[in-house]
Amino acid sequence: MRCARCTRTGRETVNKIFEVPLYAYEASPDQSAPAPVRHKVIVVGAGPIGLAAAIDLAQQGVEVLVLDDNDKVSFGSRAICFAKRPLEILDRLGCGQPMVDKGVLWNKGKVFFDERQVYEFDLQPDSGDQRPAFINLQQYYFEQFLVDRVRELQEQGAPIEIRGRNKVEAVGTHPDHVKLEVETPEGSYTIEADWVIACDGAGSPMRAMLGKDFVGRVFEDNFLIADVVMEADFPTERWFWFDPPFNRGQSALLHKQPDGVWRIDLQLGWDIDKEREKRPENVIPRLKAMLGEDVQFELEWVSIYTFQCRRMEQFRHGRVIFAGDSAHQVSPFGARGANSGVQDTDNLCWKLKLVIDGKAPETLLDSYDAERIQGADENILNSTRSTDFITPKSAMSRVFRDAVLDLSEHYDFARPLVNSGRLSVPCIYDGSPLNSADALNGPAETRPGAPCPDAPLGDAFLLSKLAGEFTLLTIDADAPDEIEVDGIAVKRLALSVKDDPTQTLKRRYLGDASSAVYLIRPDQHVAARRDTYEENAFRHAVRRVTGKE
Amino acid sequence: MSDLILSPNLTRADDFYADLLAAHEGLEQADSDALNARLVLVLANHIGDNAVLKQALDAAALKQE
Repeated sequence: MRCARCTRTGRETVNKIFEVPLYAYEASPDQSAPAPVRHKVIVVGAGPIGLAAAIDLAQQGVEVLVLDDNDKVSFGSRAICFAKRPLEILDRLGCGQPMVDKGVLWNKGKVFFDERQVYEFDLQPDSGDQRPAFINLQQYYFEQFLVDRVRELQEQGAPIEIRGRNKVEAVGTHPDHVKLEVETPEGSYTIEADWVIACDGAGSPMRAMLGKDFVGRVFEDNFLIADVVMEADFPTERWFWFDPPFNRGQSALLHKQPDGVWRIDLQLGWDIDKEREKRPENVIPRLKAMLGEDVQFELEWVSIYTFQCRRMEQFRHGRVIFAGDSAHQVSPFGARGANSGVQDTDNLCWKLKLVIDGKAPETLLDSYDAERIQGADENILNSTRSTDFITPKSAMSRVFRDAVLDLSEHYDFARPLVNSGRLSVPCIYDGSPLNSADALNGPAETRPGAPCPDAPLGDAFLLSKLAGEFTLLTIDADAPDEIEVDGIAVKRLALSVKDDPTQTLKRRYLGDASSAVYLIRPDQHVAARRDTYEENAFRHAVRRVTGKE
Repeated sequence: MSDLILSPNLTRADDFYADLLAAHEGLEQADSDALNARLVLVLANHIGDNAVLKQALDAAALKQE
């Protein structure tokens, strides 16, 4: 039973979220300092990616300052679908639980073609993981929870600060630092940083100021995105329409968010009048045709977007490193934007920490480029394929698309061909310069380069025990409790297949092998593995994963 | 990896050809195109092997080895 008052409270909370500054402008002593103050790391942009980067660094004791030209959460729901791997990363950052608690979990979906439902699906989540395949959560909540975590870290004395209404106006790059000109309501000031992480979004002013290109494929299409608050009790499912009667020749998507808010995506085509289409008197009839005349709803947010699939040629430019949409942009199908950005920072921050501490050469940061460009290319490939299915580019590709949909109504085999977005899954860094050769006859899903999959270990999950440090994971194998290689400590986590009665640990980490030793990076990716501990091999592996071999 | 069979393999070639034409009989061009597309997908799934399918795509495009 829906409680009208709860929904109302939800709406008021949301309106407040948009209005109240989360990090209001306050004058900083830096603004009146006689000489530019030097910071360790400056993050430009307090969106989901910038905040994740800052939290990650601050948790490792790296002094970090976040600058944002605004002082509030972003307006409208924007990114709404957060996948398992980013949730695991957020767990490491200390804010996964409030996201999962607030988010909407769903497994079921329906696919419609023309006037009929062609099939429905139930994504059985892979058992053995603490986190679901994904949750739906408005970006403003996501940002709010990240800021909450920043405040919590500040109370604990962590070196992290956010400055609202601090807009970077100019960038000067130097061999050993970066200089930023920052505009505030009280005038501009200059500050410096050893390192800058640019997380200022797809339109990245930082990228423009550095004169870096951002080339790729433009898709000639417009999408109307509407958040509606509905009284109707639609099931918590993802509904996707191809060529429905209420949006002929185009597609449509309906997805549930927290607080009784529904995300509606309507493809509009290329030759449209954006301002006209955005007006409520034009939006509402479309939505009524989709939801039914008698359904009561309220429009909360309407926007029209186009998209591109593109990336920067390199993400690292000396001491300025790009992460998230500023570095790569994909179509929204498959939820690969914010999800991949969080994986960027997960990949970058431990490397940056080692470089700052002088425990790894600066060239280690080039592996960020190699690995995350691989990830970006994978996302661009997947989201381009989804786009080509949703919007066929030729008469024959439409014939095949429709053939797939017609067949999917009758035969299971055609359903994997239906592509309304391939859900974001983490990239396996095959061929990364940080990997050591695979020396275990084990499962492919945990080969070097792969992100560690989770496993239940009685009262806790495996990933919670791989918390941001190099780990030597032994399963029914001997090894020293700790090894040190050039000042880098690697602690052992000793497990046995007996620790997991569900056999997930064995299935995912041993396969047919009877024992295994894994070297795991701070970002929970596998660096090396073999059946037993061999001192020399693992010392080499640690040197290799820290960019020294 | 198995190879695409390009030597005669149909046990009753004339019968299959007649069935193929019969399936299209009386159809509008668009419906015929749709039928062909569905047929390709059904057969591709039956074959299942991407390497064989790649060879089939090349053979259909009359690409010489």
